[in-house]
This record gives sequence, C-alpha cells and structure tokens, in this order.
Amino acid sequence: MELTGKGLAGRAAERAARQSYGRLLAYLVRAWRDVAAVEDALAEAFTRALVVWPRDGVPDNPDGWLLVAARNKLLDGARSAAVRQTALASLKLTTAVAAEDPPMIPDKRLELMFVCAHPDIDPAVHTALMLQCVLGLSAERIGSSFLVSPDAMGRRLSRAKARIRDAGTGFEVPDASAVAGRLGAVMEAIYAAYGQGWDSIASDDAGRKGLSEEAIWLARALVSVAPGDAEPRGLLALMLFCEARAKARRADLRYVPLADQQVDLWDREMIAAAERALAAAGAMRAPGRFQLEAAIQSAMVQSRLTSTDLRVPLLRLHGALVSVAPTLGNRLGWIAALSDVDGPQAGLKALDELPHQRIRSYQPYWAVRAHLLGRAGAGAGFIDEAFSNAIGLSTDAATRAYLIEKRAMLTRQ
Amino acid sequence: MQYMLMFYETETEFAKRDDSAAAPAYWGAWNAYIGAMNAAGIVLRGDGLLPPGAATTVRVEDGERLVQDGPVSATKEQLGGYFVIEVDTLDDALAWAARSPNLAAGATEVRPVLPPPPQV
Repeated sequence: MELTGKGLAGRAAERAARQSYGRLLAYLVRAWRDVAAVEDALAEAFTRALVVWPRDGVPDNPDGWLLVAARNKLLDGARSAAVRQTALASLKLTTAVAAEDPPMIPDKRLELMFVCAHPDIDPAVHTALMLQCVLGLSAERIGSSFLVSPDAMGRRLSRAKARIRDAGTGFEVPDASAVAGRLGAVMEAIYAAYGQGWDSIASDDAGRKGLSEEAIWLARALVSVAPGDAEPRGLLALMLFCEARAKARRADLRYVPLADQQVDLWDREMIAAAERALAAAGAMRAPGRFQLEAAIQSAMVQSRLTSTDLRVPLLRLHGALVSVAPTLGNRLGWIAALSDVDGPQAGLKALDELPHQRIRSYQPYWAVRAHLLGRAGAGAGFIDEAFSNAIGLSTDAATRAYLIEKRAMLTRQ
Repeated sequence: MQYMLMFYETETEFAKRDDSAAAPAYWGAWNAYIGAMNAAGIVLRGDGLLPPGAATTVRVEDGERLVQDGPVSATKEQLGGYFVIEVDTLDDALAWAARSPNLAAGATEVRPVLPPPPQV
C-alpha cells in the first residue's frame, strides 16, 4: 500500500500511515489472521480518511478512527455468519480499544515480525513479508530492492500470507521459547533489509535511504521488546556504524573506501550511539555474529579516528566472525584482514581456497582479488582480468567508476 | 530458460562511444560486463548496435511502402545492443540485467525468448 495525500488531512493520513500502519495491521491480524484481508481493509480505511478528514477535520484519535473503519470493512467482508460470529468476538476488543482516549492500541508489531519469520514460511520471503506487513511497503518497492519482478514478488507474498491464514494454531503469538528460536531469523531479515538499502544505491542517496532507515527502526523496535538479548543490540550497533558513514561513502559519484573517507563527514553522534549499543550488548556476555560485526566496524572506525594500528585485533575479530558464521562474505573479510597483517601473498593464497563455483560471479571476491594482485605487484594481465570481473559484476555506477579508475592506475606501467 | 537482455541507452550515452574523454570508461564498463557474462558461461548470442541515427525503418501504410531514416519510434531511450542468456530463473536474469552499465542513464528490458512452436 502506498499512500499519497494532499493538504493537512492528507499529511495527517500519511503520518498515521507511517506511524500506525504496522501497529494497526499487527493488531487486526491477531484477531483476523488473514493478512491480505486486513491489508485491503486498512487500505480502504486510509482511502476513506483522505475523503472524510479534509471535510470533517482530522479526528482527535486518528488511529482509533482508522481501526474502527478497517474493522467495519472486515466485518462487511466476512460473508458467512459463522466467520462473522467468531471474528466479532475477537474484534469486539478492537472497538473497546479504539473508544479509549488516547487510544491504547497494544503494539503487536514485534509479534507480527515473528509471525513473518515462522519456520513454515520460506526464509527467502521473511524480509519481504516483514517489510510489507510491518512497514506497508508495496510489492513493487520491495521487488525493486530485491531484484525480483513486482509480479513474482506479489505472488510470493500472497503465498506466504495464505500460509499464515491457513496454518491455524501454528501462528499463535509465539511464546518465549518460540521467540528465542525465531530471533535469529528476524534479525537476519532486518539486516538483509538494511543490506538491500546499501546495495540498491546506484549513486542515488534518496532511493537508498528508505530501506536503511526502516531497517534501523525495526532493530530499535526489536531492542525495545527484547531488552535482555545481546544480539539485537549488536545488530543495531552494526547498522548505526554503517549508517554513520553513509555521507562519506561517495564523492563525485565515486565510491570511497573506508581508508580514504573524509572523517569529518562521519556522523559522530551516531557513532557514539553505536558504541553505546555495542557496549550494552557486550555487558550481557553473550557474544554473537552481529556483535562481532559491530566490533569490527568499531575497530575500523576507531582506527581511523585515533590513528591507531588495529590490524591485529581486527584479524582476530574477523577470525571469530568466520568461526561463528562462515559465509562467503565473512571469509572474504577475514582474507582482507589477513592480507593487511601478513601481506597480499597470504591473502591470495587464502583466496584460492574458496569454493571455485561460488566465487565465479561474486563481485566482492573479484574486487578483493584485484586489489591484492595490485598490491602484490602481479602482472598487468592478471590484475586486469580480476578488475574486469569486479567491474562487470558491479550493480552500482559509483563502484564501477571507482574500480575503472583503480584499474587504470594499477595497469599503467 | 532463455532471456533476451535489451540494453536501452540515451543519446548522451551513445555519444560517449566516440568521445575521446568518455570512451575509455564507457567501453571499459561494457567490455567488463560482457566479459563477466562470458566468464559465467551464460551467453548464447548477442551484439552491440550502432546508434539509432544509423537505423533505417521500412513500413507499409495504406498499401504504400515507406522507407524512413531513423528508428521505429523516436523515444528518449533507444536499443543499443542485446544479449540472449541461458539462466535458471527470471531472478537470475534480473541479477544480470541489474549489472548492465547503461542503467546509470538508461534501462534494460528482460524478455523470455519464445520457445520453439510445438511440432505438428
């Protein structure tokens, strides 16, 4: 659902949409189970608001108004008397809630996020489903971020929602043990959303912003409802570290690596907030993947800010990260850190041990290889081949331009 | 599945091909992109095309043949080349389309290749 509206009432509806959409949806889905039906009802409620509010004024309690309008729509839509009967009982509560002033709509967004990450739902759809249910992003918008056709994305989301509707008891609000079991999937989904924000930049900051900010918002929500868990704080810290440097990552449409970034473009307050989140996570003595990644970010940032050589501790952190999460990306990070300590030859040797099939079309592999070959003073032909692959596999014009320049520098003899 | 990737470029992009300042980056990006597709072993066929100014269009209107200089339609973005690739899914084809260098200014269309008609 995308909402646009003109004038005061339009803006109020948009604000309500941004702030309340997920809350209203989560609350109604609890009673109604049918995500698609609730989405339709909410969309109609918002549309009606855009007609009624400019005429009669914005109600004192916009959320309550929207909730009642959506509920009425849902009841109208429930054709069979039996469905009406059971639904009515659970929806009575919503009327009571909406009548209160100020409205006390319990925040069930987190429960909804956990429903979206249910093990019965294809993990590949977790993030997309969460973005749609909790943030109200359209299939077009999500499809664009994930490089999936809007049509296919719409079908995947519909299938997932049908599962939620039909699965019955499996989708009760998860209890504490189920929450613990799904926390990982929820965090993965949030981080994937943030990563999509980075990857889809194409030199366009406005386009990128959306998903990054929303992912950070989701992480904050996760921290606030799981205050006893360390990893959500680690995740928040990690994203804040990355976000704090967003402005410095580009200069004249060229990608700027961390070592060359202008430190005064970094958001110091956000870095401080990231450090606080990481320290709070560390105090819980329950290390994990996201805390390690945040610690790596912290060390890289502090190394620049204080001109301290932290290459050895960084290599240790990367090693710990690989042992917790041996993904291709993490192994590449370790190899880059290794070559910073032991030299490019050690890095190149480690690169050769990566699974050949998986690195062939993996851009970061070729980018790391190209830089290491350059540092090792390899022949121009080898350097050129690695750079070519890295350039050809880039989706981002700024990265492409940076690599083309770098290649020219390294192969010009 | 076979997909055709059709690369649409703007006039400014076409002009870079012969602009001594911009040409190295332009060709560098395209050669690298095509090289990466070849290295992945997915390319079935493909060509770059001369700019739309080199096109000639033939049509018949009211029974009368018309030969015109220029492309079929005078849109802002014009076909600059195409590749037919063999990949498992549309998602894979889109991943390759997203890497095409023309996206900074133009667009890339992905279309499934029509399978051969059933033998009657």
